[in-house]
Amino acid sequence: MLGGIGPALVSSVGAIAVALLVGAVVIVLSGDDPVVAYRALFRGAFGGVRPLSETLVAATPLVFGGLAFSLAYRAGMFNIGVEGQLVLGGLAAGWIGAQAFGLPRLLHLPLALAAALVVGGLWGALPGVLKARSGAHEVITTIMLNYLAARISAYAVGSNGPLKGSASLPATDPAQPSATLPRLVGDERVHAGILLALVAAGLLWYLLFRTTFGYRVRAVGLSRGAAAYAGIGWGRTITFAMLGSGMLAGLGGAAEVLGLQGRYYDRFSPGYGFTAIAIGLVGRNHPAGVVLAALVFGALNSGATAMQSAAGTSKELVQILQALVILAVAAFAAAGRLRLFAGRRVAGVGRRVPAGDRSAAVGMDPEIEARPQPPKV
Amino acid sequence: MRGIVKRFGEVVANGGIDLAVRRGEIHALLGENGAGKSTLMNILFGLYHPDEGEILVDGTPTHFSGPRDAVGAGLGMVHQHFMLIPRFTVTENVILGMEGTNPLRLDRRAAARRVAELGETYGLRVDPNALAADLPVGMQQRVEILRALYQGGRTLILDEPTALLTPQEVDDLYAILRRLTAAGGTIIFITHKLREIAAVSDRVTVIRRGRTVGTRTTAETSAPELAALMVGREVLLRVERPPAHPGEPVLVADGLTASGEHGGAALRGLDLTVRRGEIVGVCGVEGNGQTELVETLAGLRRPDGGRVLLKGRDVTGADPHAVRLAGLSYIPEDRHERGLVLGFSLAENVLLGNADDPPFSHGGRIDYDATAAVTRRLMTDFDVRAPSPATPASSLSGGNQQKLIIGRELHRHPDALLAVQPTRGLDVGAVEFVHRQLVAERDQGRGVLLISFDLDEILDLSDRIVVLFDGRIVGEFASGRVSRAELGLRMGGRGVDEPSLVA
Repeated sequence: MLGGIGPALVSSVGAIAVALLVGAVVIVLSGDDPVVAYRALFRGAFGGVRPLSETLVAATPLVFGGLAFSLAYRAGMFNIGVEGQLVLGGLAAGWIGAQAFGLPRLLHLPLALAAALVVGGLWGALPGVLKARSGAHEVITTIMLNYLAARISAYAVGSNGPLKGSASLPATDPAQPSATLPRLVGDERVHAGILLALVAAGLLWYLLFRTTFGYRVRAVGLSRGAAAYAGIGWGRTITFAMLGSGMLAGLGGAAEVLGLQGRYYDRFSPGYGFTAIAIGLVGRNHPAGVVLAALVFGALNSGATAMQSAAGTSKELVQILQALVILAVAAFAAAGRLRLFAGRRVAGVGRRVPAGDRSAAVGMDPEIEARPQPPKV
Repeated sequence: MRGIVKRFGEVVANGGIDLAVRRGEIHALLGENGAGKSTLMNILFGLYHPDEGEILVDGTPTHFSGPRDAVGAGLGMVHQHFMLIPRFTVTENVILGMEGTNPLRLDRRAAARRVAELGETYGLRVDPNALAADLPVGMQQRVEILRALYQGGRTLILDEPTALLTPQEVDDLYAILRRLTAAGGTIIFITHKLREIAAVSDRVTVIRRGRTVGTRTTAETSAPELAALMVGREVLLRVERPPAHPGEPVLVADGLTASGEHGGAALRGLDLTVRRGEIVGVCGVEGNGQTELVETLAGLRRPDGGRVLLKGRDVTGADPHAVRLAGLSYIPEDRHERGLVLGFSLAENVLLGNADDPPFSHGGRIDYDATAAVTRRLMTDFDVRAPSPATPASSLSGGNQQKLIIGRELHRHPDALLAVQPTRGLDVGAVEFVHRQLVAERDQGRGVLLISFDLDEILDLSDRIVVLFDGRIVGEFASGRVSRAELGLRMGGRGVDEPSLVA
């Protein structure tokens, strides 16, 4: 059992194809040649070592963010707070990484990553606790915590901020070499963060689909009543799921800071945590789907420049393509639901539409709410 | 309706149905879940268009392009799940869709008067100014009927109208239907319950797998004949139940008090004992503490006072998993909200409540092979018809879903079994299966506590019957020593010696 990703994957791939087709129409309408544009896009994303490297660089934070969003979503929690968790995790990792402890990389790097796990995790667990204790809705609390995280960051590395480095930048000191994630291919920017991300995806898959904890998370997310009947504690489960979600997000921030930026800058994230919601949706909240969706979005971002210079299309076209992908995935999900519904009527079981499948219903929100902000290339 | 055929893709929901309803009769449409009753009625009401066949009204072929046409032809539909707007008053709900053509004027007073008149004529007394949300289920149904009448309906289609009603409300409904037909109305009564056919209908048409298998005059047929027509084989309507041999007490509630969902005492010092080898039936009108009793016994609700003993061990306030480990299995009343996770596969549903225990998991790691093996065995032993353990639970029929739950709950070999409405919404064949399982469990020395709003189920299965009223047990009877009427009175609170409780 792979957690039933098979058919979902087919429809996501179909949705991406539909999005590219509609995108082609847009390109034609704007007076350019879609074949030239897409060829350039593809070459810019996959045609050579550098494009591949840039695709992976762009995909890395999105994998972490998408995984973070998915874990919470599986527990029935709509974690809009990935951004804040990622920012604070990055800050913690950047600060620990900048300290001259004199430790070897084998200790310093894990220490910095652990700091990100702890801070990101706690920042994620907080809305979980609030919901479990008082019923405060996580969409509200995580949005508020995002603002709070941004302010904490601005203060911490702003002028006279306690974590600010010596340079006149809103940033920490540069990370010690012993705390950076090593680059993987010569001078290329691709770093070990992508490997961490893939390991995290594998672990999350195992956790969700092979352990009793993952079972509890999924049971709570699909049916709170049935979970209670089974003796699964709801509050505990959502709190731990949010803890894990925040940890994944925090690790994503750490990877970006220690692998790419080299130090923590205030506002280093161009909204990875929000794009993550789209990644989770397109990836059907399955670790494998999330990795693929992050790669697609990463490829679109890294190919955008090449497309612009070769075909003369606007770079913003890539944002249109990403939006089209999200819309198409949502449309495919809705169509699947309609088919399911028709089947139900025939069978005459007709008591009610299953409470189980929240994926499409809830999944409709993000493409309206959060327009993805593509990461900087 | 003549030769109606309706296909949905590959699936043939109606494969040639003939239905002739005479003016002024109550015509029952009988069939198992999934036989195609609802599809047929949706065609009649203009919601679906038939692929073949025709609808004749008073001998004239008629085409309904939508519900509006059907209403225009004097049809009215009362759905199984009421479609009232909770924040609207009775009158507002009744006139919904018939507000008149002037968008700026709404003659509430005239509407309310008309609603009251209709109610008076047919014995459908409802306060026209009450909010729909405040009405009990039986009253909400009256509002639905009123709405159909208000729209000019002379032929009413009632889809499983008794599914949510108490026995008293059912009797009231029957009286209303008779009054409607006496006044020249026609009723199509959809059901899968045989008893209702005899109680209320003049004629009955049986459909099976999308085809008409026969029309009978109710007075000239019998329940066994109808059951056989409906299921396609002989069915035991009453399960064989040899005398019980009760042993020591296995499940004891001792002076339980508990609060309800909205505060206020729901259980007021409830005492109850279930022995090994007996089925104890709890009857009572919904809302007299059934939910709280079940939840308290199952560990889902913490009692305010009193104790729950399982095999002599105090399990008061233990969590549901601990209670299950201590030997209580629980068949919940709501398959979709409690008993199953519809988005899970069958195997994952077998894990529900078992995930932490061997052989299903070891050290936090789920053993899916072992789970699938157990699931496969349960599917065989309990006749769960599904392609594989990986099939999603949502794709199963209600009967198969219930069999899976029962299999899961019985495979632990519990000492006591809590069965709440175990046959609700099931068709005759599945009911027979479930009842047999309960008796078999009893005969293997388990104590079975059966809680049901279906008085006949209680009477058929119980060795002992207790009456729950206002959070307490107010009567106890040996099987066969009590009449429906006597139980009905007790359920209504008659014979309770403390006047304060009745008032």
